[in-house]
Amino acid sequence: MRPVSYSRVSDVATAIATVAADPTSAYLAGGTTKIDMLRIYAEPSQRLVDINSLPIDHIEVQPDGAVRIGGLARMNDVALAPVVVDRFPMLSEALLLGASAQLRNMASMGGNMLQRVRCSYFRDAEASCNKRAPGTGCSALAGVNRGHAVLGTSPHCIATHPSDAAVALVALDAMIHVQNSGGHHAIAIDDFFLLPGDTPEREHPLNHGDLITAIEVPALPAARNSLYLKVRDRESYEFALASAACALTVTDGVVAEVRLALGGVATKPWRARRAEQVLRGAPATRETFARAAAAEMADAVPQPMNAFKIELAQRTMIRALETLTARGEAP
Amino acid sequence: MTTAIGRPLDRVDGHAKVTGAGRYSAEIALPGLAHAVLVTSRIPSGRVELIDTYDAERAEGVLAVLHHLNLPKGGSVPPLLPSLFGAAASGQTFFPMQDEVIHYAGQHLAMVVAETLDQAEHAARLVRITYQETASITTVEQGRDRAYEAEKIFAGFIPGRIARGDVAAALDRAPVTVENSYYCAANHHNPIECSATTAVWEGDRLTLYDATQGPNATLHTVAELLNVMPSHIRVVTNYVGGSFGCKAMIWDHPALAALAARAVHRPVRLALSREQMFSSVGHREEQEQRLTLGADRDGRLTAIRHHKLSPTSHFDDWAEPSLGVASQIYACPNYEGVYNLIKANTMTPTFTRCPGEASGMFVMETAMDELAEKLDLDPLELRLRNYAETEPMTGHPWSSKGLRDCYRRGAELARWSERDPRPGTRRDGNWLLGWGMASSGYPVTPPGNPQRARARIFADGSAVVQSSFSDIGTGAATAMTQVAADGLGVPLERMRIQYGDSDLPNTAAAVGSAGAGMVSAAVHIAATALRDQLIAQAVADEHSPLHGADPRQVVVSDGRMALRDRPATGETYAELLQRAFMADAEALGTWNPPGMDTPYGTMTFGAQFAQVAVDPDLGLCRVRQLIGVFDPGRVLNRKTAHSQLMGGMLWGMSHALLEGTIMGPDGRWANASLGEYLVPVNADAPDVLIETIETTDTVVNPLGVKGVGEVGMVGTAAAIANAVWHATGRRHHKLPITIESLL
Amino acid sequence: MVASQLPDAVQGPGPVDVVLNVNGATHVVRLEPRVSLLDCLRDHMNLTGAKKGCNQGACGACTVWVDKRRVVACLTLAIACEGREITTIEGMAENGTLHPMQKAFLSEDAFQCGYCTPGQIMSAVALLAEGHAGSDAEIGEWMSGNICRCAAYPNIRTAIRDVRDGVGGVGRATR
Repeated sequence: MRPVSYSRVSDVATAIATVAADPTSAYLAGGTTKIDMLRIYAEPSQRLVDINSLPIDHIEVQPDGAVRIGGLARMNDVALAPVVVDRFPMLSEALLLGASAQLRNMASMGGNMLQRVRCSYFRDAEASCNKRAPGTGCSALAGVNRGHAVLGTSPHCIATHPSDAAVALVALDAMIHVQNSGGHHAIAIDDFFLLPGDTPEREHPLNHGDLITAIEVPALPAARNSLYLKVRDRESYEFALASAACALTVTDGVVAEVRLALGGVATKPWRARRAEQVLRGAPATRETFARAAAAEMADAVPQPMNAFKIELAQRTMIRALETLTARGEAP
Repeated sequence: MTTAIGRPLDRVDGHAKVTGAGRYSAEIALPGLAHAVLVTSRIPSGRVELIDTYDAERAEGVLAVLHHLNLPKGGSVPPLLPSLFGAAASGQTFFPMQDEVIHYAGQHLAMVVAETLDQAEHAARLVRITYQETASITTVEQGRDRAYEAEKIFAGFIPGRIARGDVAAALDRAPVTVENSYYCAANHHNPIECSATTAVWEGDRLTLYDATQGPNATLHTVAELLNVMPSHIRVVTNYVGGSFGCKAMIWDHPALAALAARAVHRPVRLALSREQMFSSVGHREEQEQRLTLGADRDGRLTAIRHHKLSPTSHFDDWAEPSLGVASQIYACPNYEGVYNLIKANTMTPTFTRCPGEASGMFVMETAMDELAEKLDLDPLELRLRNYAETEPMTGHPWSSKGLRDCYRRGAELARWSERDPRPGTRRDGNWLLGWGMASSGYPVTPPGNPQRARARIFADGSAVVQSSFSDIGTGAATAMTQVAADGLGVPLERMRIQYGDSDLPNTAAAVGSAGAGMVSAAVHIAATALRDQLIAQAVADEHSPLHGADPRQVVVSDGRMALRDRPATGETYAELLQRAFMADAEALGTWNPPGMDTPYGTMTFGAQFAQVAVDPDLGLCRVRQLIGVFDPGRVLNRKTAHSQLMGGMLWGMSHALLEGTIMGPDGRWANASLGEYLVPVNADAPDVLIETIETTDTVVNPLGVKGVGEVGMVGTAAAIANAVWHATGRRHHKLPITIESLL
Repeated sequence: MVASQLPDAVQGPGPVDVVLNVNGATHVVRLEPRVSLLDCLRDHMNLTGAKKGCNQGACGACTVWVDKRRVVACLTLAIACEGREITTIEGMAENGTLHPMQKAFLSEDAFQCGYCTPGQIMSAVALLAEGHAGSDAEIGEWMSGNICRCAAYPNIRTAIRDVRDGVGGVGRATR
């Protein structure tokens, strides 16, 4: 690791002022991404501002039924919070199926939103990578790309977004609350994750010094019947090859309400809006589910090693929808 | 008299391990210790055009930057010889940093030595290398048209072609044949402890703390590489954090650590990073195998043709002997086995747990299942019909063989007779269930040199047995304590084993499942020699109650010598020694192993049964239960032996479903991390039921120990692949079996 | 803008004195801020129980507790642990008496090479405190952040069950 300097801050305003004033600085929260990135020279910060003492780690229920999750709340604490388990099981499950118990004790929710891709070429500081070193090219296109994305790709980057939690949050229409020296604003999560396009180095609309203070999950009664289904080679402690966050309400055999998002197959946490459109108002049958899943993957662009993900993603969606349908029917 | 051998004694090194007190080779605290970090090649082929060390040399804390232009040259690279021979055992006949030529990606090109690890790691990033890259071949696919039939493989011990009878004619005549190509991905050992050496010079004497399966292998190899007298080198290996073959041969890093220490005149620690573990200590090569079985209508094999194709390095003709056990497991009159190689830009591949047996028996045992299907025969019945009563390649009798009992007991435990032979008929929700089985076999190979141990008893009756072997997690130290206690006739709590040090009596490296057999032989001989020496002293001592007795009638137990038929007549070792004013007594034991040409087939056998669940929609395969029954000869410690067999079977599961190193188009291993090279986690591991059938073997070594380190892995992958077929009706010929192949 | 407090002084990048509470004792260690808690323990405090297996959070061999929560020490900066309570395997045995989990690992042979063992034990004890040892499946999932390449996993689950059920020390010996 390069030499770094370190300071600890205990209030939000100081944290923001400190980082905003120094372009070589960065926030240090759980460290599970930051320290890893620094150690492999995939990120250039020279000064770490430790924000772990900031009082933004609470999980609060709002009067309107929304849940506000502090930016520094830890993955395990959020996953096991009764209000999350009861109201947003898909979020709890997505969190618990991510990383390991130790990493979830460390990693913050804000950091989870900002975690970096696992593409081995991004992580290799000397490889060509448009995300890490814009303009140098994408090694993954002609490289080993089994784990890479089939949705939302560009000729400049095909790295898969690694977060599970963000997939659930995208399905739930969460808001990302950001504070900077100019004040506070909220970003709809759909606008938060950017497609790589011509600027894969830009993954979200935050500016240097912007701090994620909270993630707000709006009330959604349908989310009580929700799940996160994650498909991977290993039973645990692995990123998804395909995953689905899904909430479903079926009334009289017809899909009344549905939320669906995909992980493991796209360059950002992928809201499956095309599938949702097919599903809404349609009979809750395997045929509908298959049609919806196919519609979602219609524009998928496979790479030599990951064409299977197009089929796998569809089957994952279908399984998630079928499971929730069966649960909804249960007495 | 046996009271300790076989008991499920807790590990003697267990306390140190559960408290974290045990010191592994990168944990030796020394005053003035400096840290070395390697700089490796990014390209698979070409040369170093320029190495710019300006910034690195000036970085904070840096003591030296060593590379081909300034590294002092030493001796010569010893030949590649398995460390079981007890001599120098270079993993490949190439030593880096001698010139600018690059043979493989990850080749060690420079070494930075600094005050702290962080400083050395950072400075290593500051070494800038300009390459001139040339065309490379790194995969079977790229090199297929350059393949050649090997003259010999495996350090010259195995011919590239072995034939018996007339395979072509037999296949022509065979009413039933099965022919397929199989593929196994490359594997890396990935013990959780990365290889590490701490080197200390005191004048012209060198001490190496090295993570190795053989302290003497390190000693002899480094002696030749550095041209240092072996008498001036000591290798200490107190704890080894797993090996699985990557610490079986000696690679360049122990010698480089010594060179670095000499350069900076300080002790130096050189610990490989996890990423470097993928290109510094060998691997199991990627391989393609083609197997043709011919059989009569009763299922009796009439012909086996087994060809293998795999990449090796530019320096050595290495292939793991995948054809070995597969050629010995069934009776068959006609056989042809051929190893084809491709010279590639990789390291020399090396021993990886079950080197060859795992891949070759995956192929053989999958094919046998297909043959059973074709013949509409029960897979177990087919195996019994081809049971090899003698060793098929030589016709020699087996030194011991309990395979029939293994089959019977395994089938009982797995309730095999209740299995519906039709595939794809059992379901549990979204999961299809299947059972599969396979045979296991692993050769018993004697070491190439005499094995020694020293037994010493003190006047208070406590004893120590010393031998140089290292315990890589096998439980060898524990088992040897039991062997020593029984041999000398003292209680376990009065016996200590001292090991892991080349200054102790010589043993070969603990490799090839041979450690327990060969070291127990030396320990047993030393302990019984000391016992006999003390008995002789007692019967000759007119003050001893045993004076004048026939030594053959004296037995020892609990540290007391007594007449076999009159136990009241006797005395303790302590009484004997104290009366003679002797502070201690000692004896050296030497076991001269039988040659490789003993007229016996020697093998540990087993039978494996696996139950899998396959979710065919999502491509998931999870193993629900593994059952293994083995015949390892005498079991020295039931607990540690079962653990090794269990670990081996879970390695087999991992081989079947998870592990594969992928060579990228840039000639580099693309998944060189524990995040991407998948090994099982706790949630992947089912419960494993192990039983052993004790067989008496009077050929292999004095205690009849055949070994348990690897046989557990043989056949597991096939049992799982066969179970996947039973669950889904689909055959798998490629490892690992991945989600995309199951969809 | 709201008046903000001054940040704590900037430390480093050169070595600074770091005050750490490890296993109940206070230590002052001179460290660069970039030094991980793992390297600090192993190389600067001679506490080598926490192991280095991957240095990137992919194996769990370096598991220790910070404020009684299990974390990986390789992705934790030592300097960030000032004011926190660090517990390592060296702090598990009390007055030379093994923790019941250490005893259970010994008697169930829940390790072979022993290298991942301190991390496994730190996770296992935390797992019981967290209440994630209800079933074998739950133990397996919540222990999956600790890779054991020797694959002693079934025995690790047994050891954890033993301690959970208060039957430590029975071991497979009796089977």
